[in-house]
Amino acid sequence: MDYHSPASFAEASALAAKATGTTRFLAGGTDVLVQLRSDIVTPDTLIDIKKIGGVRDITRNADGSWTIGVAVTGAEMSEHPELGREWPGLVEAMDLIGSTQVQGRATLTGNLCNASPAADAVPAMVAAEVTISVTGPDGVREVPVEQIPTAPGRTSLAKGEVVSAVNVPARGANGGDAYLRFIPRTEMDIAVVGCGVNLRLDGETITEARVSLGAVAPTVLLVEDCAKAILGTTLDEAALDALAAAASAACNPINDKRGTIEFRTEVAGVLAKRAARIAYARAKGEKA
Amino acid sequence: MALDDRKSEFKFVGTRPDRPDGLDKVTGRAKFGADAHAPGMLHGAILRSPHAHARIVRIDTSRAEALKDVKAVVTRADFSDKVAFKPGLKGEFWNVLENVMAGEKALYDGHAVAAVAATSALAARDALKLIEVEYEVLPHVTDVDKAMQPDAPVIREGAADYSVPEGMHPNVVRYHESGHGDVEAGFAEADLVIEDHFVTEATHQGYIEPHACLATLGNDGKGELWCCTQGHWIVQKTCAALLGIETSQLRVTASEIGGGFGGKTTVFIEPVALALSRKANRPVKLVMSRSEVFRATGPTASASMDVRIGMKKDGTITAAQGVFRLQGGAFPGAPGDMTAMCAFAPYHLTNVRQVGYDVMTNRPKQAAYRAPGAPMGAFAVESVIDELCNKLGLDPIDVRLKNAAHEGTKASYGPRYERIGLVETLEAAKAHPHYSAPLKPGQGRGISCGFWFNHGGETSVSLALSEDGSAQVMVGTPDIGGSRASMALMAAEVLGIPYENIRVTVADTATLGYNDVSHGSRVTYASGLATIKAARNAVEKLCERAAAKWGIPVDAVKWENGCAVPSGPNAGDFDPMPLAEITASMGRTGGPISGHFEATPEGAGVSFGTHIVDAEVDRETGRTTITRYTVIQDAGKAIHPAYVEGQYQGGAAQGIGWALNEEYIYGEDGRLQNSIFLDYRIPVASDLPMIDTVIVEVPNPGHPFGVRGVGETGIVPPLAAIANAVSNAAGLRMRQLPMSPPRVLAALKGNG
Ligand SMILES: Cc1cc2nc3c(=O)[nH]c(=O)nc-3n(C[C@H](O)[C@H](O)[C@H](O)COP(=O)(O)OP(=O)(O)OC[C@H]3O[C@@H](n4cnc5c(N)ncnc54)[C@H](O)[C@@H]3O)c2cc1C
Repeated sequence: MDYHSPASFAEASALAAKATGTTRFLAGGTDVLVQLRSDIVTPDTLIDIKKIGGVRDITRNADGSWTIGVAVTGAEMSEHPELGREWPGLVEAMDLIGSTQVQGRATLTGNLCNASPAADAVPAMVAAEVTISVTGPDGVREVPVEQIPTAPGRTSLAKGEVVSAVNVPARGANGGDAYLRFIPRTEMDIAVVGCGVNLRLDGETITEARVSLGAVAPTVLLVEDCAKAILGTTLDEAALDALAAAASAACNPINDKRGTIEFRTEVAGVLAKRAARIAYARAKGEKA
Repeated sequence: MALDDRKSEFKFVGTRPDRPDGLDKVTGRAKFGADAHAPGMLHGAILRSPHAHARIVRIDTSRAEALKDVKAVVTRADFSDKVAFKPGLKGEFWNVLENVMAGEKALYDGHAVAAVAATSALAARDALKLIEVEYEVLPHVTDVDKAMQPDAPVIREGAADYSVPEGMHPNVVRYHESGHGDVEAGFAEADLVIEDHFVTEATHQGYIEPHACLATLGNDGKGELWCCTQGHWIVQKTCAALLGIETSQLRVTASEIGGGFGGKTTVFIEPVALALSRKANRPVKLVMSRSEVFRATGPTASASMDVRIGMKKDGTITAAQGVFRLQGGAFPGAPGDMTAMCAFAPYHLTNVRQVGYDVMTNRPKQAAYRAPGAPMGAFAVESVIDELCNKLGLDPIDVRLKNAAHEGTKASYGPRYERIGLVETLEAAKAHPHYSAPLKPGQGRGISCGFWFNHGGETSVSLALSEDGSAQVMVGTPDIGGSRASMALMAAEVLGIPYENIRVTVADTATLGYNDVSHGSRVTYASGLATIKAARNAVEKLCERAAAKWGIPVDAVKWENGCAVPSGPNAGDFDPMPLAEITASMGRTGGPISGHFEATPEGAGVSFGTHIVDAEVDRETGRTTITRYTVIQDAGKAIHPAYVEGQYQGGAAQGIGWALNEEYIYGEDGRLQNSIFLDYRIPVASDLPMIDTVIVEVPNPGHPFGVRGVGETGIVPPLAAIANAVSNAAGLRMRQLPMSPPRVLAALKGNG
């Protein structure tokens, strides 16, 4: 196994472009090292991106948007004084991952690029309309998060491409987001269903909505019908029921050891309602 | 040391000092199974069958053996000739051999088929990939009811014993039937009879420490084994038999143990490590991964049960009947008899009949798990009693009190009870504030009683006094629950010297006589009894030395507060002679002073508990939260109350896991699907409420200080108590464990 710790994304990209066999980038390693130790994936090339300048920075840009470095950990996001006030759903989703120890290592980018359908931070990123910057042999491109995972364990990143930043939009006025997951226990578990909701209000009325679902299909879903169900409403009972129905209808889950098709489909609707209520309260400036 | 404000005849017993192994464990100094190293040590790894049931046609180890890092490869073929596994093994030894290394057939997913010793753990792991095994896959069965069907694949012909009635499937290997009275007449007297079917899944003990050992065995037949076990004499005896060496030539040392709960009362990797060591002529260390622990050690049995109970309007049980079918994997041993015998044991019944089946399937060989067999039966029986109480509008504690067994009751499994404490636990439950606390909407409360036999077992203890007046106690029962603290307290009580002046060691097989495993809740009872008697033996000798010095007869000397004193005014007027004064000169007054005791104590004293549980069910997701939990159990006498409470809380915690989320999940292919802690869902700390405890003390007449074992009874009531709470919260009866959210939601939606 070859281990590299490049000083720039261009160098990381070049190393990945010419590597043969299996390549992994090493962010927090909470997926990569676990897979290595349990003999699931033994990379031929391991490219540690943590030595690249700025990768641990959380930056607020002039327009109110945020740039999160690709090695920023869950703990650093939670401890940031302002990020969580603007994007509580995103920060809480990241905070759900693992334990205190895992929080000290795990990153948004790793969660996204590991491409698990049950990844917790991904639905929250999708709902928040987060994009990522991808550095490749031909330069940098910006891609919406929902376009990265293509199947369990697979991404749309091409050979030689490395994620170089996470871009979170400006929160703006009257907005709120939330993420909820269903697990049978209280922590240290994998989402059986996950749901992210991001709303903007005009008065009591929802004017913008993004709803995403995790663990109910091969990739995280951005569900337009869920957004339609609540747009223009005040999130009354009828709207919530329509939201739940749309969420359940969007599910394409599997039966497995973690849950049945019926269960995931039903609970997707339940979580969508609950997450929407929280996001709505937050958009109104209430504590939730 | 906290002073106990209760009046007590004891000075040390009943106090709560720190455990002697505490500092080692919190600082990392304690040596567990995987912490041993030896010069020239190799690392072992085991190749396991991916098939639930397959004939092993051919094993080719040549490519692995050709690697320079590989020093030995063993398969069952090696065991029988080259490495000379003892031929002609019979009975349980043969079963253990067959389990630790497959013979003609792989019998379950994870069954060992070959093993490698190499210069590093990684080299050993990679060498396994070069071993070619040709399998002829056979039809398999993992479900207990399916395994009893006429068309079920036969795991092993001729495994059944004499007890099995004619015409049963060969997978049924043992049968138990017992009871008394006339159940049909009893049912005819009842105002209401309820019969129901119940199912539980196999669960794993989930001990934090995977099995690990370091083995050395020379061609001279002399060996050393360090391992993580609940009983090193059984390891010694079994390994010696499997390897064809003399028992006494194998010295086994028990490491500190990270949990066992019954799962470490047999061997899995130890004989394999010894065989590898003998072949490589080097020490071999073997450490299981968590996945190997799940796939190839001994989970508990799964069960399918039918229970029928008749009750009068006033709550009197008129008849009770149960059929309990347990699968214990691909070997005989599922505790169907235990389930049957314990199921109705809490009750004073005129008419009772119970039947138990031991059924083989293509799963790992079950091992003991705290009160093996009892929790499942209690789940079925106590659920039916709860349903009867609901239907007849009766209080569940009153009904249990009305039917409770007491001294003199003819137990459902045969004997008459001596002094027992069930009624006292029920009365304490009724009086507990938990029982009268209001419930919030969506919550339900459940009650259950539970019973376990407890055990005595072969026991040896040796106690030696040092010149400075301190004492060392050698016990042979690995400390799985704070027993060294309890032994020191009991020795302190007899010797009259401070707890801190006594060091208790778990001796190895070469330094003490035979000891049965730390199982059956026997350690504080049996090793405790032996410690007391060994200490009394030393006290007799101390009194002799004092008598000699004073020139008076020994029966004129008694032992009081750590000193020899004249037994009365007529004995003479001498100042008390402290223990340290006698030991200071013992070399000159007759030699070292030690105390010994060896016996198989028979008076373990059965034990009962009553649990109260509140559960809240999320009706939209089927998710259950345990909001309050109280354990009430008879300890006889709590030697170290904190560790008694720990046992109670641990039983409840494991029971919560078993009831709500833990289960062995097999795919259609017969492979275990959830062999890691991510998907085998034991409770995490934040899943649990504070578990309240009440120690009831109804002394056991069979122990000098009144001790009853407490380690196992605590896991008997939880499954039923939680199921009753969940059923009462959900408004429907849950008859299958685990009550996982998908299962509860399906029931709430009417598709259960
Ligand atoms: C005990 C435990 C509990 C966990 N609990 C959860 C949970 O509750 N929810 C959950 O969603 N996950 C959970 N995980 C999984 C894991 O922690 C998360 O997916 C985490 O976010 C991964 O981040 P990382 O930085 O550690 O990724 P790494 O392991 O470093 O990398 C993961 C993947 O991302 C790729 N990658 C990393 N950086 C880049 C980059 N800059 N460009 C391109 N590709 C990149 C790597 O090649 C690799 O394929 C858990 C893991 C453990 C060990």
